[in-house]
Amino acid sequence: MKGSKLPIACDADNRLEVVLPDNVHPTSISRTVRLGTERLRRLYPIVILAIVLLLVIPAALEPFRLGLVGKYLCFAFCAVGLVLAWGYGGILSLGQGIFFGLGSYIMAMYMKLEATSADPAAAVFGAGGPPVPDFMTWNSVDTLPWWWAPFEHVWFALPAIVLLPSAAAFALAYAIFRKRIGGIYFSIVTMALASIFVLVIIGQQGYTGGTNGITNLPTFLGYSVQSDQAVYTLYYVSAGLLILTILAGTFVLKSRLGKVLIAIRDQEDRVRFSGYDPAMFKAVIFAIAAAFSAVGGALFTLQLGFASPSISGIAPSIEMVIYTAVGGRLSLIGSVYGALLIGGAKSLFSEQFTNGWMYFMGALFIVIPMFLRTGLAGLVSLVSHKKVRAS
Amino acid sequence: MSQRMILGVEDLSVSFDGFKAIDALNFYVEEKEIHVVIGPNGAGKTTLLDMICGKTKPSAGSIRFKGLNLERMLEYQITRAGVGRKFQNPTVYEDLTVAENLEISYPHKRNPLGCLFFRRDAVVLEEMRRIADLVFLTDEMNRKAGQLSHGQKQWLEIGMLLMQDPQLLLLDEPVAGMSARERERTGELLKRIAEGRSMVIIEHDMEFVKSVAHKVTVLHQGKKLAEGSMDRVQNDPRVIEVYLGS
Repeated sequence: MKGSKLPIACDADNRLEVVLPDNVHPTSISRTVRLGTERLRRLYPIVILAIVLLLVIPAALEPFRLGLVGKYLCFAFCAVGLVLAWGYGGILSLGQGIFFGLGSYIMAMYMKLEATSADPAAAVFGAGGPPVPDFMTWNSVDTLPWWWAPFEHVWFALPAIVLLPSAAAFALAYAIFRKRIGGIYFSIVTMALASIFVLVIIGQQGYTGGTNGITNLPTFLGYSVQSDQAVYTLYYVSAGLLILTILAGTFVLKSRLGKVLIAIRDQEDRVRFSGYDPAMFKAVIFAIAAAFSAVGGALFTLQLGFASPSISGIAPSIEMVIYTAVGGRLSLIGSVYGALLIGGAKSLFSEQFTNGWMYFMGALFIVIPMFLRTGLAGLVSLVSHKKVRAS
Repeated sequence: MSQRMILGVEDLSVSFDGFKAIDALNFYVEEKEIHVVIGPNGAGKTTLLDMICGKTKPSAGSIRFKGLNLERMLEYQITRAGVGRKFQNPTVYEDLTVAENLEISYPHKRNPLGCLFFRRDAVVLEEMRRIADLVFLTDEMNRKAGQLSHGQKQWLEIGMLLMQDPQLLLLDEPVAGMSARERERTGELLKRIAEGRSMVIIEHDMEFVKSVAHKVTVLHQGKKLAEGSMDRVQNDPRVIEVYLGS
């Protein structure tokens, strides 16, 4: 050590701390210990979420209800992605349903081809080529389209679930952001695209199954996805992947990338003069959010056994934003609770108040961002901070 | 353009809705020079800096910096080439801490993947500490930049520029809104960091200009009115007329 300078270290939260040589000041030890417990305390929320998702909910619910929660978890992937894109990147996407839909359809294509190859009747229509799915033959498509063919391989379909939607999201977002179009205009573009996406799917019935979507998907890799056993397995897979997704999101936010995102959200023009290309960063975070949504979509198809345009349009896309707004747009974990809470409430109430429910959702979308900008997570941290201060 | 020139602005013009904010301007900055631009409101001072750093695109003319044509480059490319800009109103990242503001200004791997796996290693920390010390913010490292005083934000923005280690600094009113004592410290700071760099400074405070400027350029209605040492410029009858007359 030179002169009186003290070595400075940095903790996981990027706070600078002065590390005193421990033979000099006994206080340094207590300081390090304090930092250690603080770090541990920051793990509480994710540990609690893991306990709730992996232990409490499966123990408390019968398979039917558990299946419903599994469905909400699929939408939670979108909500987590929106925390990154909207909460930290400032990109309000009203078209996450597109990517949810893409993931869902890619999974459905694989499962449909698997189901078709197991069905001897389908081979007849293939005329020597690969067997053709039933809905295609109903629409006089007699040979399997070339772009369907690779999806019969699981090694192609699974990476495609992540890569295709994120590549599409990146290309689209970079083209728009490079022109310095952002804010509400980008939101409108994503909303329009969600609408177009649904129209294309419905219009191309012979290739997509149209309004009905792709149905009759009984197996994945030869395993039935419909048994009670499968409900549990798929639920655990979804919950596990969701926790991994949150950890990945945390890694992004803790990194320098997360700091640059906040900087872009608050001062986009200034960031250029720090030597960054904001369009590139925004496109990347949008692509990550799209990938998360697509994983959710694929899990949705696995659990529900179909893919349909009804989960890709504007209304589901806006619902995803509401989950994030209610849970807390700055909290990856909060957004999961938002998805569970709103999803659950929707299932409970929508049967009684079919139309009224939509008004309630709309009101939430207005009221929460107005009066509770950081959602439920913000409320919780406010309360817990007060408690810490009081003690 | 002689060997010692770092920046050469030639025949530069830009108009906004027919109004010529800068009109066929020639402007040169030498290496290690502190070059102050003064002039009445609307003379085109800020517009000049805006064009050098890429914020505004010129309608005609060229901006040469180290053999690069800045007028054809984007803001972030110009920044990476070694031009740093400080704005008139201090613009720092208010939701980030002072340390984080400095960290993201560090010129290393400014792409998403590089940022994702960036580590604050000893070299970066040492640099952050050195700069924080230079701009009097060592004790504020963990505070949110939004909580700093106006003068401290000015310093932080200068610190962020220094992290980028530019060869050319463009400072728009760096002592605006500062107390007398802060002005004095900032003057000292600018002189210290000028070693090895060039600077273009816009400033209204004549005492401050006198204390730092190597060379002064007076702009008026988008054109160069006078140029030279502070003494020479102050005694130029045309300058006196513009500032005091009409």
